[in-house]
Amino acid sequence: MPMQTVKMVITGPFSAGKTEFIRSISEIDVVTTDEKIAAGSAEFETKEQTTVAMDFGRITVDDDLVLYLFGTPGQRRFDFMWEILAEGMLGFVVMVDSAKPETFREAKSILETFRAYAPTPYVVAANKQDHPEAWAPEDLRIALRIEENVKLLPCIATEKESVKNVLLELLYSILEEMDT
Amino acid sequence: MALKGNLADFSTTQILNLINLARKSGTLHVYEPVVVAGEFVDAGTGREEDRRPKVVPGQERVQIAFKDGQLVLAATGNTDGHLANVLHKAGKLNADQARVIRERGAKYSDKALALMLINANYVTQIDVVRSIQQHTLDIVYDVMTWNEEPFAFEENVLPPPEKITVPIDLKNVIIEGTRRAQEVKPLEDELPNLDMALKFPDAPGDKFRGIHLGVEEWRVVSFINPKNSIRQIAKACNMTDTEIRRVVYGLLQAGLVELVKPPGMQAPAQKTPTRASRRQAKAPAIEKSVVQRLIAKIKEA
Ligand SMILES: Nc1nc2c(ncn2[C@@H]2O[C@H](COP(=O)(O)OP(=O)(O)OP(=O)(O)O)[C@@H](O)[C@H]2O)c(=O)[nH]1
Ligand SMILES: [Mg+2]
Repeated sequence: MPMQTVKMVITGPFSAGKTEFIRSISEIDVVTTDEKIAAGSAEFETKEQTTVAMDFGRITVDDDLVLYLFGTPGQRRFDFMWEILAEGMLGFVVMVDSAKPETFREAKSILETFRAYAPTPYVVAANKQDHPEAWAPEDLRIALRIEENVKLLPCIATEKESVKNVLLELLYSILEEMDT
Repeated sequence: MALKGNLADFSTTQILNLINLARKSGTLHVYEPVVVAGEFVDAGTGREEDRRPKVVPGQERVQIAFKDGQLVLAATGNTDGHLANVLHKAGKLNADQARVIRERGAKYSDKALALMLINANYVTQIDVVRSIQQHTLDIVYDVMTWNEEPFAFEENVLPPPEKITVPIDLKNVIIEGTRRAQEVKPLEDELPNLDMALKFPDAPGDKFRGIHLGVEEWRVVSFINPKNSIRQIAKACNMTDTEIRRVVYGLLQAGLVELVKPPGMQAPAQKTPTRASRRQAKAPAIEKSVVQRLIAKIKEA
């Protein structure tokens, strides 16, 4: 039987938690193309590693079905990769760092960009809900002007159950879309 | 859950909109911006040019209280919000009267003081209500022009009961505040595409109840139709891009209208049309059973 592969994309602003998300659920060590951010460079104060081309995670269902998770690089200078990654995706997750309102505008812009690539279902993950300064999902919905019919889910990317929930909700949306 | 940030990222108008829509109660604190030397915040793009110095809250500049999504009171850190001063500012008491009342009335709450002043025929109840309302609005309209201050919203914290509060519909505040705002740049960011059209939300009757629109707003409202682009409305109303943006932005933030794509318009042009978007109709064809198998697998993962 020929193998079928299915792809979902995890996108969002710089440092939103995309790599962490994929790492929590992937059965293989995430093939990341992260590079160390040079000490003293612009981004270094925020984090030490960033994704440069993509993250790549895998969930094998069985011999003939595999789900690939592609994480986009968050930095705008790699946005030429976005469209390539979006090709043929079944759906996508937009990760938002709920504790960083300075990134909400960028999150919304990425969401709109991916929506324009393909009319596939998507969900928004209000990530880092464990952070003391995280905005509540319902406030984020208004802040980002996410329509009522789009799922906005609380998320802690470091916790597997939370990541599973986000992926499941996306898959349910994909199923529903097929019914219509 | 926190609701903290900087007005540079989330404007006063957006905060008011959020409080209005979510029917929140609580107190918004806005602070003096204090720059932290050598530290930066990233706008989520990882781009050098989008970084800006980190700003932390300094002294409190203003407190604005809300109850069930309505504005009820505002006070500034540097002026005395004593009832006597508020009435003086509104022209209801002269400077001497205000001073005497301030000194002798120091031990009374605003409510008790107001009662005494009304009983003594210094002022009427309407004077008190209008003066406090004006004082509150003056502060809020001022804050609506700020754009670099840190803020924090403290949910469910309200002014003490002895304070006189006057509920004000936030939709009106948003529209009037946007009308007064001079800055054009945020308007362009928030409403980049004038080729979009407008429509009324569900149950518009409820939303428009108690709203005081100006002549300009009513003219725009009269042309609202999913077939008319904002640009066409501007033309019909003889407004410049900036003028129409200001009106539409106010209406949008107040939740009185919604953006829609007019018929025949492509997806909003975030970027130039690209390979994938031209191919966009081709979503991968997969079977329902495949999705069901994925669901089963992730559930057990
Ligand atoms: N507290 C908390 N920290 C998180 C969470 N998710 C991610 N992080 C942390 O946030 C930082 C950024 O996470 P990454 O997964 O590298 O973010 P990214 O979106 O892949 O970043 P880029 O590839 O640079 O765009 C890391 O230090 C993570 O450990 C979360 O849910 N809670
Ligand atoms: Mg990454």
